[in-house]
Formats: sequence, C-alpha cells, structure tokens
Amino acid sequence: MVRIIGILIGLFFSGWLLVSFGMGAKEYITNPPAETAEHEFHREAKDISFSSDGPLGKFDRQQLQRGFQVYKEVCSACHSLRHVAFRNLEEIGYNEDEVKAIAANWAIQTPDIDPATGEMSLRPSLPADKFPKPFANNVAAAAANNNAIPPDLSLITKAREGGAPYVYSLLTGYMDPPANLPDANQPGPGLHYNPYFANLNLAMAPPLAADDMVSYSDETNATIEQMAEDVSAFLIWTAEPKLEERHQTGWAVLAFLLIATILAYLSYRTIWADVKAEKKKKTADA
Amino acid sequence: MSFPWAKQYTPTTEFGQWMDKQLPLPRFIYNSVGAGYPAPRNLNYMWNFGSLAGLFLVVQIVTGVILAMHYAANANIAFDSVEHIMRDVNSGWMIRYAHANGASFFFIAIYLHIGRGLFYGSYKAPREMLWLLGVVIYLLAMATAFMGYVLPWGQMSFWGAKVITGLFEAIPLVGKPIQELLLGGFAPDNAALNRFFSLHYLLPFVIVGVVIMHIWALHIPGSNNPTGVDVKGPQDTVPFHPYYTAKDGWTIGLALIFFTALMFFLPNALGHADNYIPANPLSTPAHIVPEWYFWPWYAILRAFTFDFLFIPAKLLGVLAMFSAILVWFFLPWLDKSPVRSGSFRPKFKIFFVILVIDVLVLGYCGGAPAEEPFVMISQLAAAYYFAHFLIILPLLSSLEKPEPLPNSITESVTGKPLKTAS
Repeated sequence: MVRIIGILIGLFFSGWLLVSFGMGAKEYITNPPAETAEHEFHREAKDISFSSDGPLGKFDRQQLQRGFQVYKEVCSACHSLRHVAFRNLEEIGYNEDEVKAIAANWAIQTPDIDPATGEMSLRPSLPADKFPKPFANNVAAAAANNNAIPPDLSLITKAREGGAPYVYSLLTGYMDPPANLPDANQPGPGLHYNPYFANLNLAMAPPLAADDMVSYSDETNATIEQMAEDVSAFLIWTAEPKLEERHQTGWAVLAFLLIATILAYLSYRTIWADVKAEKKKKTADA
Repeated sequence: MSFPWAKQYTPTTEFGQWMDKQLPLPRFIYNSVGAGYPAPRNLNYMWNFGSLAGLFLVVQIVTGVILAMHYAANANIAFDSVEHIMRDVNSGWMIRYAHANGASFFFIAIYLHIGRGLFYGSYKAPREMLWLLGVVIYLLAMATAFMGYVLPWGQMSFWGAKVITGLFEAIPLVGKPIQELLLGGFAPDNAALNRFFSLHYLLPFVIVGVVIMHIWALHIPGSNNPTGVDVKGPQDTVPFHPYYTAKDGWTIGLALIFFTALMFFLPNALGHADNYIPANPLSTPAHIVPEWYFWPWYAILRAFTFDFLFIPAKLLGVLAMFSAILVWFFLPWLDKSPVRSGSFRPKFKIFFVILVIDVLVLGYCGGAPAEEPFVMISQLAAAYYFAHFLIILPLLSSLEKPEPLPNSITESVTGKPLKTAS
C-alpha cells in the first residue's frame, strides 16, 4: 500500500517537473533570456594581493598607517567606522600618546551629554570612544550625498563579494562609460560609471581623484593606486582585527592536532593488529 | 539487549561495587560505548560519521552556550553584539568562527552518515525505528541551523527568515496565521529574533534527547555492517572498546584537522558576504540563498515554476520540498528488497551513484541564482530525486536479482567459514 501511494506521488512530482522542464525549455529556446548590460559590462575585481593574504599572512603596519591616513583625510568625510575605537589604533603601531592626540584632534567630535547642563553636546574624543559618525543619522547622510547613504566601512572588506581586491578595484575603476553602453545604463545625474560596481553606476564620486591627495610621512609615493591599496589593506584590518592572532593560533592548533592524530592513529593500528593479521592471512591464502 | 557473548561489567574496586549498587552509571557506559558492546568487526570508515556528528553537536553546544553569554537577542543591537564578540570578547572570534563553521561540519558528518545508511540499507528491519529517529534528528538540526543563521541579524539572516517563513504563507487557509505565529508579527523583527533565539537554544538539547534514543535504538539490534549480513557469532564482532573507540578516536583527530584548518584560515568561505551588512528591511539582496546545507532542498523548492490546475507553483514547491525529506520516513517500507547492503545489489548500486550525483547537482543549482539554465537543471534533477525514492526503489526491490550474500561477516573478512558457537 505504501509503495502504491508512493509510486503515485512520485509519478505526480516527477511528471510535473518534467512537464515544467519541457515548458521552460521551450520558452528558453523560443525566447532566450537577453543578456543584461549589468552582466555584460560588469568586471570581476582586479587581481591584487595583500600581505595579510593566505594562512601565513601578516599585516604590514606601515601600510595600515598609510591606509589609516587615507581614511582620515579622504574617506572619513562621508564614511563612518563605527565598530572601531581609537584605542584599536595601538594595534597598528601608534603609541598611547599618538592615539590620544588622534582622538582629541579628530575632525568630528563625539556626541555626549554636557555634565553641567544635561544638554546634548559634543566633546573631543577619547581613546575609548568609537570613531564618531560623520552624519548624525541616515537622513542627514542621504541629504548630503545625493540620496545615497555612504556605507559604514568597518566591515566592508567582509561584506562585499571579492573583499579587499573589490574595494581596491572600485576605488581605481572609475572611467568614462564605453561607447556601446546602452542608454538605459548611462550614468544619470550625480552618478559615476564604474564597471566594478554591480549595477555599473554609483553615487560616490571618484574619491581618489588625483595623485598626492595625501602626503605620506614615510615618503611613499602617493599615487592613486598606492592610496587605494593602502586604504584597502587598512579596511582588511578594520574588518578582521584579529587576523594575525587567528593565523598564529591556527598553526599552533594544527600542530597539536597533527601530533595527537598521529598518536591516535598509531594506537588504532596497535589495537587492531590482531584482527588485521587474521584478515591479512586471508589475502595471503588467496 | 546485547549479544550473549558480550563482556560483563565487573567492578573491581570497592568504590566501583558501591557505585554499581547505587547508580550503575559506569555499567551503563560500559555496555553502551565500552567493552560490553560487541560491534561487527568489518565496519568501514563510513561508520565513523555518527560519532563525528556527535562530536560536532557537542562543539556546537559548548561554543553556543559561550556565545549566548555575550550575544544580545534584540533587533537593535544583535548585529553589534556579534561584532563585540568578534573584537572585544577574549577569543570571541575563535568561539564564533568555531560555531559558524561547526554547523557546516555537523551537516557534512550527518550527510555522509545518512548516505551510509542509504547505501548499506541501515534503514531496513530490524532498524526502522533507528532510521526514523535519525530523520527526526535531521529535521530538528535543520530548524536549529536555520534559526541560528537568523541570529546575527545581517542581511541574509533577515531575508532568509522572510523567505523561509514566507513559504508557510503558500499553505491554503492556515498559512498566513502560521507565518504570523512563527514570526510574532507580519515581518521578521524583534519578536521573531527573540523566539528564534529561544528556540535555537532549546532545540539542540531536544536533539541530544533524540540522539540518546537513536543510540538506544541502535543498541537493540546492534550495528549494521558493510555486508548487511546479521551478526551470527562471537567471531563476527569485536568489543566496541578499545577497537572502535580507537578507530573513532583517530578519525576525530582527522576531522578536527579539517575543521580547524577551515575555521582558522578560511573562516568566512562557507558564509555569505551579505551577512556582514546589518539587516535592512528596505533593501533586498540581489540573491537570497540559504546556507550550503539547504541548497538541494532550495533547488527543489524553486524547480516548480508552473501552477498545476488550481495548485499554485509556490505551494507545489513547498509541498515538494517537505516531501523530499519526509519521504525518508517511508523509506523502510518503500524499499522492500530483503538484501540490506548495496554491495550485493548490482542495479541499486548504479541508481545510488546517480542519486549522489543528482543531489550534488541539486545543491549546485540551489546555490546558483534563480536563472536559466539552473532552473531547468534543477527540474530534471528534482524529477530524478522523487523518481529514485518513490518509483525506482519500490520497483527495484521486486525486479532486481541480488548477488549471493556471504554466509557470515567472518567469512567475508577471513575467507574461512564461521565456527558455530558450541
């Protein structure tokens, strides 16, 4: 009885799926889906590597500091970094006094309550504070940015397919729209063509428009590519500050497990020796 | 029940004897995973995934309990509390990555364990109840994993919750109230997040309870084995301890090597980038996909693109998706072939290989965007999936001529006939 009902249900599901396949295939052949411009003109992230890549990867602190400088002088005007605190900057090589100075002199102050009056007020930041947001809220952010809300950058390299190479590609990927781009995909007012962006046009104007927008204290030549690479590296750190600790712990754990597993395997062989010997005899007999 | 030749527990110390009289817990352990449980001597490495699934269940519970100490189940701060764990809690990043990847390894183990049962006929008499409890564990694990993925309250959490609870909407009459009951509202929000957290903490312990019954049900007939032939005498078995504790022990080490390599060096490889964006009800992600272990079922859901008479395609997809798993409950009665092991079923073997490839294809299509040609491929693959369990297996059990079975496990291993116990 179960089998008869089962066969009937199976015939229904499989049969209808095959009919659906037939109808779908007919549609696919007679009316093939047109390739969209977003698909045709979109480019995969550029091939670029960072010192933190791979299981042995480590941060290049000099580069992170340069990247921080780019964030501070360029990106922070519009993009928040809400999961990172000033104190975290010690992890990329600034000392305590430098961190205090960076926090105190940050262009945007930290909102607080005035201890004397209880009114909303702004005060200079302390190392314990998170980076203050450039806009009070999303409405203010959208109003100042052609209705687009600049995303928070703390997790951006983990929150986008392609990670840091995608961020680098986007920053260096602005160009004039190609001649054969359909009208519907031409950048509208306030939009900018960038083939690395999913729908080809984004509201952010090229943030790194010219070489030497920042002047690096370590004499590195601040080309657009260099600044983009440095800030992408910095954003790997903001998204995954424990990356080095993770890699180091990983190797220690693997070394321990490897030894433990070899020992466990050897004891398994020893324990099974008598049973295996009996089996071996069979192979020898045959 | 156990075999009559099973070793008997005899406490040697005075404390052991006192304990055995008052609470025979050591005796219980001895008889379930100790020397007192005789297991077939010929179990291959496919029999290791049960203990591995158990291992990862424990990993999930331990890491999950610690995460719950720092996580805040509130829609306003859930996302930030996860980032707090990643940045400010001591080793919090390790606990969270272990939990996120542990879920994947639990499902890898459970899928291989299910595959083993399907090939070697472990669902057949006298082990139907064992199999049914296993399917219950799998269903509970799916619910637990789904609700766990909602907790970080990222974009994929939110939209996954919306899509999956939206499936219930397709059910006529009661669908909408069920969906509202699941969510505690009309869309995923704080009420949904809170009940998902509560249930995500509860269900693993329900799973532990069913696992205990699953092992209990295993110990009544004892383990199946690669020949599918019943245990006939003492020579066919070895004591579980030390033989299978040692074998499980080293494969646990091996599994942990794969697990830690992934969680320390590629911790986000199995996740989705969109879940690092905080949930936003006003912005729909381009492709909403569940975690990889749900992809085959997701492909079946999306394979139904045409209404059947008065039944809308969406309802068909939902029915088919649930049926695809519920069919396992009827498997012991659909496949009536008296031969358990697929090794001795020449035709079944071929269909089984096709099924494995079929499920992998379904999985690939389930993770791909809902575009052609993936929809057409899922339609063919889903058609085979249902045909395999509901048409091929029932017919095959009458049509197929199995190969001769070995007389005993011992004979299949050593080539010598089993000496019948005197």
